[in-house]
Amino acid sequence: MSAPITSTTAPGAARARRSGLLMVSPAMLLMALFLILPFLLAFAMSFTNQRLVSPNPTQYVGLDNYRQILGLGVLTLQPEKDAQGQVAHEADGSVQYPSLRTYTRDNPDYPHLNRMREWFHVGWTGDSRVYVLASDVIFMKALVNTVQFVVVVAPVQAFFALLLALLINQPLRGINIYRTIFFMPVVISMVVVAFLWRFIYAGDTGLLNSLLGHLTFGAFKPVDWLGQPGTALWAIMAMSVWQGVGFHMIVWLSGLQTISASLYEAAALEGASRWQVFRYVTWPGLRNTAILVMVVITMQAFTLYPQIDVMTRGGPLDSTQSLVFQAVQRGYGKQDIAGGSAISVFLFLFVLAISLGQRYLTREKK
Amino acid sequence: MTFRHTVSRRLVLAGLAACAASASYAQTTLSMWYHGAGNPTEKDLMAGIIKDFNGSQKQWKVELQQFPQEAYNTSVVAAAVAGKLPDILDVDGPVMPNWAWSKYLQPLTLPPAAISKFLPGTIGKYNGKVYSVGLWDAACAMFARKSVLQANNIRIPTLDKPWTKAEFDAALVTLQKSGKFQYPIDLGLAWKGEWYSYAFGPFLQSTGGDLLNASVPKANGTLNGKAGLEFGNWWQSLFTRKLTPGTSQDGADRETGFLDGKYALQWNGNWAALPALKKFGDDLVFLPAPDFGKGPKIGAASWQFGVSASTKNAQGANAFIAFALKDKYLAAFSDGIGLVPSTPEAAAMTKNYAKGGPMEVFFALSAKQATLRASTPGYAAASGEFEKALSDIANGGKVADALDNAADAIDADLKKNNNYR
Amino acid sequence: MSRSLMPSLAAKALNYTLLTWIALVFIFPIVFMVVSSLKPDLQLLQDASSVRAFLPVGDISFDNYRAAFQRVPIGHFIFNSVMVTAITMVLSLAVCSMAAFAFVFLEFPGKSVLLAVVLATFIVPFESIAIPLLLVVNNLPWIGDQGLTVGWLNSYHVQIIPFISDALTIFLFVQYFRDLPRELVEAARVDGAGYFQIYRRVILPLAGPVFATAAILKFLAMYNQYLWPVMAAQSEDYRPIMVGLQYFFQLNIAWGEMMAYLTVITVPVLLFYLSLQRAFIASIASTGVKG
Repeated sequence: MSAPITSTTAPGAARARRSGLLMVSPAMLLMALFLILPFLLAFAMSFTNQRLVSPNPTQYVGLDNYRQILGLGVLTLQPEKDAQGQVAHEADGSVQYPSLRTYTRDNPDYPHLNRMREWFHVGWTGDSRVYVLASDVIFMKALVNTVQFVVVVAPVQAFFALLLALLINQPLRGINIYRTIFFMPVVISMVVVAFLWRFIYAGDTGLLNSLLGHLTFGAFKPVDWLGQPGTALWAIMAMSVWQGVGFHMIVWLSGLQTISASLYEAAALEGASRWQVFRYVTWPGLRNTAILVMVVITMQAFTLYPQIDVMTRGGPLDSTQSLVFQAVQRGYGKQDIAGGSAISVFLFLFVLAISLGQRYLTREKK
Repeated sequence: MTFRHTVSRRLVLAGLAACAASASYAQTTLSMWYHGAGNPTEKDLMAGIIKDFNGSQKQWKVELQQFPQEAYNTSVVAAAVAGKLPDILDVDGPVMPNWAWSKYLQPLTLPPAAISKFLPGTIGKYNGKVYSVGLWDAACAMFARKSVLQANNIRIPTLDKPWTKAEFDAALVTLQKSGKFQYPIDLGLAWKGEWYSYAFGPFLQSTGGDLLNASVPKANGTLNGKAGLEFGNWWQSLFTRKLTPGTSQDGADRETGFLDGKYALQWNGNWAALPALKKFGDDLVFLPAPDFGKGPKIGAASWQFGVSASTKNAQGANAFIAFALKDKYLAAFSDGIGLVPSTPEAAAMTKNYAKGGPMEVFFALSAKQATLRASTPGYAAASGEFEKALSDIANGGKVADALDNAADAIDADLKKNNNYR
Repeated sequence: MSRSLMPSLAAKALNYTLLTWIALVFIFPIVFMVVSSLKPDLQLLQDASSVRAFLPVGDISFDNYRAAFQRVPIGHFIFNSVMVTAITMVLSLAVCSMAAFAFVFLEFPGKSVLLAVVLATFIVPFESIAIPLLLVVNNLPWIGDQGLTVGWLNSYHVQIIPFISDALTIFLFVQYFRDLPRELVEAARVDGAGYFQIYRRVILPLAGPVFATAAILKFLAMYNQYLWPVMAAQSEDYRPIMVGLQYFFQLNIAWGEMMAYLTVITVPVLLFYLSLQRAFIASIASTGVKG
């Protein structure tokens, strides 16, 4: 927060205090009642076994819900040996390891790993292999996917939005038509957009496959964009950028328009190149807008949900699970509102930590 | 509490108003929720029954509120959380035990004769009591073309002698080899959610497994038991052998693929029969479910009517449901929206399911092959896990792992809910 | 400044080409939507895999529109949505801009903590507080035509009041106000103006662009509401358009009608955006923030 205009010791300070409190109170009261109170209720629920539908009484379960989503374990396995003591191989030639099931399903020697599942494994010294197990692999995948989505979508979308804003900020005839067109995807709800894009991404004869086929004169082999673990999340990212970029273009544009025209005139008089104008006039003037755009995109990206629900429901093979999708899936689908709340609380704390970091990095240098 | 006061005061006010309007009698309004918003035919049919009922007596007056199907369950759960359920509501068959257990619904008090002739799939029982009754059932069948089967020398199965698993599998391979189709069969994986357990759960049951053993209740040992693995492996082989499109199937292909000749066979419900009949006419046949070893089975139980537990007018609500169960309404619904009527008498009155009607076979399928889904409040959670397991297996996940995970998740849900006791 | 005419023309042509290509990328799914709304279902699905998807060819008619209007009380739903959206938006802009003004220009106890809390709420996905919020509104009193009642369900206000104050709107205003010259406020103080007057007379006239941006965002968020109305507005009387969309998801989806419905419900938003865009440009011109 930069310095306020009235210091606390100035004569008008009491009045500023009174007016300030009066002016924030409507917003704060509404927010307390309709956002913070429900969130606190959800927070409280995450420590119970509260269900969406149930005649049974709710019980306090402490950190169980958090233990369930965050539990991790490690197991190192040696390869199977055949009768001659040689390392055994699978049919496809890879080294054969004992089945994880024998360790994680009711094995009395490994009670801490019971019901855990493989999240991923890494090769270790020699032929041994280290398995990282999680009590909730789907949650872990949702976490990783969500972070990946944010890390890709936030900068890409912000960059393209700025590019479009600069293009659209030129004094060209008919520019309003383009501005409207670029903005159009934004006005259509994400649910609807996701529906339309299912046609575009369709496996055999989808629009995208047909187009790529034509452009490469048939050399392009159709790809099942949403049906493969390797492409599904990327396809969703591309669509999300497409849908959201127009809005952030407008935000950049409103930032661009607060930059005084006299600065540009001065730059022109000094014979600055286009890049110099951008670097020394435009970009510094967009500082607050840049923070706004990045913060907003990041936060929105973390709540990735409707496109997942419409396009893939977390599949194939959990490659598009997201935290909010899992929170909804548990809270409503499995009627486990406590488990869903725990994910929401985790997401909240996680993003809070990130945004505090972001704020620290983008703080105004004094 | 305060809410109750308001309601009772409203009722008093309403009562006073009614008295003022006509001093002769006091009519009680029954609110009713129905999932059919967006279907004009269904709306007219419901409105017709309600009009008849309201005109038939002077004590009760039913008022209808319609919801789109996709939003209906959420709306009902929200209303239940808020303590504001209507007097009468409809409920999807497999969900009913969950709502009965959580005391959204109360047992019906219909005279036994009223439903004695109903198809078993149309009667919702939980803990030995009838909680809901449906005016219709839905049935699945294998859509096929006689000409295609004959051209490939594939036996046309009958209700008495359905395909065995081996025969079915061989038929798929033969059709694939014919080279005339993109895929030999369309299972409809484009449809997410409940479709999986409705359409494929019976295949698992026919193999000898189930989503869970409802009597214990426990999924481990049943879903991931021997039969479960056998079914899972076969299921995966459908996709590795490219016999059927996978989970990313386009919704459009699901609807037009069979009609366009992309697919040779299609596993679908009777609601899709009319467009196919229109396209292929006499060439079209509806084949019964294959027998995977323990007898051929298809899913049963569609939408049914029930009475909310919180209603003060249970008597009126039951009276309305009993009134709606007349054969003429069953037949009207069937004619209107193409579903299987609940009684043989009603079937005889319909144009599609009467003797010699184009969809007569579906009534026989419902009567002969229909298998109730596990009647447990845990079904809602189990169904979701089953869907995930089948999707993962279809996408190349390890069969045993996918089934283990689903069984674990179902058992964890059972434990969390104290086994739904 | 002294550029010759030729390169400028070439630059313009290049600009237009670039803009047009980008425009195609943004418009094609929408063209698909509109064109599809004119076709019968079967043809629509068959066309969907080729260039025909974008061309109004074959069996073209407005039948889908007629059927869609029959299936859904579109006019009523649009009225509900527009009313709920407009009221929420106006109240939200007033309440949030005022709070942002105080956050930026005034000093009062607990200010930084409050602002931090406000920003943090931005992270809470609505889906995760929907059930608790339902419990909250179900216990709130209301005075209406039936006197004092408890519980807000099934009404317009249950769709409006909880959404007036939100972090994003406050944040948008805060960021914008921070860029405004502080001397404006100080000068007005010297002239003896009260803070509310300064907010109304000095700051608001300068805030055109941010009002436009915040209004668009709020409009979209409200217009696309789905989960909350499903839970809180049980009768058709109060149902908004996004719930109406579900009317088309029958056993066999009515694709063509759905596309018609989508086209119809998209029009009000585009109109709203276009009107704001004009106001937006006008406000910039008049305030002299930028020529």
